[in-house]
Amino acid sequence: MAAQIFSAIFVIIIGVGGCVAYFWGANKLLDVIFPSRGVSGTAAVDNLRRQGLVRPWLFVGPAMIILTIYLIYPVIETLRLSFLDRGGASFVGLANYEWAFGDHDFRNSILNNVLWLAVVPAACTFLGLIIAVLTDKIWWGTIAKSLIFLPLAISFVGASVIWKFIYEYRGEGQVQIGLLNAIIQFFGGQPQVWISLPFWNNFFLMVILIWIQTGFAMVILSSALRGIPEETLEAAVIDGANPFQIFWKIMVPQIWGTIAVVWTTITILVLKVFDIVLTMTNGQWNSQVLANLMFDWMFRGGGDFGRGATIAIIIMIAVIPIMVWNIRQANKETGGH
Amino acid sequence: MTAKTGKSFASRFGVHIAVLVFVAIWTIPTLGILVSSLRDKDQIIASGWWNSFASSSQTEAGRLPAASAQTQKDGKYVIEGNIFGDGAKREISAFGVKSAAPTQYPAGTAADLGDGVSLQVNADGTFVLSSPKAFEGERGQRVYFASSAPPKFTTDNYRTVLFSEGIGRSFMNSLTVTIPSTVIPILIAAFAAYALAWMRFPGRALLIAVIIGLLVVPLQMSLIPLLKLYNGVGSFFGVPSKTYLGIWLAHTGFGLPFAIYLLRSYIAGLPREIMESARIDGASDFEIFVKIVLPLSFPVLASFAIFQFLWVWNDLLVAMVFLGTEADQIVLTAKLNALLGSRGGDWEILTTSAFVTIIVPLIVFFSLQRYFVRGLLAGSVKGG
Repeated sequence: MAAQIFSAIFVIIIGVGGCVAYFWGANKLLDVIFPSRGVSGTAAVDNLRRQGLVRPWLFVGPAMIILTIYLIYPVIETLRLSFLDRGGASFVGLANYEWAFGDHDFRNSILNNVLWLAVVPAACTFLGLIIAVLTDKIWWGTIAKSLIFLPLAISFVGASVIWKFIYEYRGEGQVQIGLLNAIIQFFGGQPQVWISLPFWNNFFLMVILIWIQTGFAMVILSSALRGIPEETLEAAVIDGANPFQIFWKIMVPQIWGTIAVVWTTITILVLKVFDIVLTMTNGQWNSQVLANLMFDWMFRGGGDFGRGATIAIIIMIAVIPIMVWNIRQANKETGGH
Repeated sequence: MTAKTGKSFASRFGVHIAVLVFVAIWTIPTLGILVSSLRDKDQIIASGWWNSFASSSQTEAGRLPAASAQTQKDGKYVIEGNIFGDGAKREISAFGVKSAAPTQYPAGTAADLGDGVSLQVNADGTFVLSSPKAFEGERGQRVYFASSAPPKFTTDNYRTVLFSEGIGRSFMNSLTVTIPSTVIPILIAAFAAYALAWMRFPGRALLIAVIIGLLVVPLQMSLIPLLKLYNGVGSFFGVPSKTYLGIWLAHTGFGLPFAIYLLRSYIAGLPREIMESARIDGASDFEIFVKIVLPLSFPVLASFAIFQFLWVWNDLLVAMVFLGTEADQIVLTAKLNALLGSRGGDWEILTTSAFVTIIVPLIVFFSLQRYFVRGLLAGSVKGG
C-alpha cells in the first residue's frame, strides 16, 4: 500500500511535470525556431507571424489529442460496432437494432427510461423551485439550502445504500428497521418489499435520484430568482396579486430559460442513470434501464460489443436534440465569433 | 424580497414548517446511516435507528433451573440464581409466568404463583423461587420477562470495515484514482481554454462548437471502443489492460470538455486591457498565460477541481470498466457495490462503509461550497 501511495505521488509529479515541461518546452522551441529577438526588423515580424500561426495549436494540441482518442474516435467506433456482430468481426447490418426492438429486456428498459424521463426532471425542477422560493423568505434559508444541497455530493452508490436501508423489509409483525416500513406499520399498514414491486419499484429508485438532484435545481433556480427585477414583483403586489399568482404569472415566466437549462441537464443525467439501478435491483423485477442493460451486454457471456454499442447509440440519439440546442445557444451567445 | 407577500403570521409560520419538512426529508436518510454506523451491531437489527437513544427493549422467555438446584432455607425450599446466567446483563422491567401475560409483575416484586409458591425477579436478573414444599420434576419454572438494554454506541464497525473488510485499502485506491484525475485535466484544459478565448486561429469556432457538443455525449458511447483499445494496447505491449494510468487518462478525457467549456467562458471574460498592456510590454502569449491568466483564474480552476474531484470520487461506471476488482485496484464505490452483494443484510457493515465513502465528498463540499456553487452556475449545461 505504501508503494501505491509513492507511485501515485510519483505519477502526479511525472504527469504534472510532463504537462508543464511540454507547454514550456514547446513554447521555448518555437522561440528558437522562429526567433523574434536579436534578428532584423522584417525577419522578426515574419517570425512573430509564424509563431502566431503555430502557437495556438501547441496550446490546444494536447486537449485535441485526448478529446479525439477518448470521445470523438469512440463515438464513430461505437456507431460502426453497432452494425457488427458480437466480436466486432463481421458486418450484420441492422440485425442488432432488430434484435433490440424485439427484445423484452430492451423494450422494458425503454419504457422505464421514458418513465424516469417523465418523472425525475419534472420532480427535481418543481421541488427545487418550491424550495428556492420558500427558503428565500426565511432567515435560516441558507442553512436549509445547504442541507438540501448536501446529497449532491454523495455518490449514487452511497445514496443507494442510504435508501436501501430506508426500504429495508422485515416480515409482518416483526420490528421494522427500515424507516418506510416502520412508518407504514405504525399506521397499521402492511410492510412491503418496496424494490421488488414490479412497476412501482421504478418510483422508489427514482426517489433516490430526485433526492440527489433537487439541490442542484434549487441552487440554479434560486440564483435565477434573485435576478428577477424587484419592480415587477412590487407592481404585482400593488395590483393585488396573491402569492400564487405572483409565483406562477410573474416569477416563473421570467426564469423560463433557467428552468429549461435545469430540465435538460437532469434529462441527460437520467438517460445515463446506471449506478442506482445496478446497486438497488440490477434490473430485476422489471426495473431495467438502458445504461444498465448496456453494461450488462458489455460483459455478459464474454461481452457482446455489437448489442452493447447499439444500446449506447440509442442513448446517444436521445441526447442529440439537446446537443444541437446547446450548440445553437452557445453560438448565439458568442455572436458567432 | 418576497417577504412582503407573506405578511400574516400564519403564512410565515407555514413557510417555516414547509421548509422544515423539506430539510427533514433531505437529511434524515443520511442521518440514518450515520447513527446506524455508530450502533452496536446487535442493536441495529433489534430496533430502528430512530430508537437508538432509547433503550432497546424486548420480551424474552427463559426457564429456571430444575428441582435439583433447590436448597433449603428457613424451612422453605428455595431456588436462586440469575436469569441471564453468565450472558450479557440487561435490565428487567417486568416478568410473568404465563405467555399470555409476560409482563404481569413489575421487577423486584414477589409474585404469588399459588400453593404458597412465590417468585421474585429483580431488575438485575437475580431471582428467588421459594415454596413450602419441595420442588419436583425435571423441568424448571417457565419465566417470561421484558428486558431492556441501554443504548450502546461503538466505533467497532469502523474498525471492522476499515481493516478487515478492505474499505481502508479501497479508500487509498480511490485517492490514487482521484487526485491525478483531477490535476492532469486542469493544466491541459487551461492552456486550451486560453487559446480558444484569446488567440486567433482558423477553425477556432468549429473547435468550440465541437467541445460544446462533446459536453453531452454520454459516457456510454466511449466505453466499448476504449475497452477494446485498452485491451489491444495491453496485449500488444504485454502489459495489463487495467491500470491506474488508463483510468487517469480516461477521466481526463471525460472531464476535458467541461473543463475547457468552464475555463474558456471565464478566461474570455477577463478584462482585455490587462492582456493588451502586457502584450505592449513585450510579453508573449505564454508569459501572459502563466503570469496573468492563471493567477486570475484561480476561482474557476478551484470550481473545476471540486467538480472533477467529486465526479471521479463518486464514479462507479468508469472504475468498473477500466479498473480490476482485486484489492489493489477496487475503488470505494465499486467496493461498496460488491459489499451490497456479499454482505446484503449486514447493515453495520453497509452503513459504516457507505459513511466512509461519503465522508470525503461531504468535507470537500462543505469547506468549498462557495466554489462549487459558482461552478454549478457557470456550467449548468454540463451533461458529464
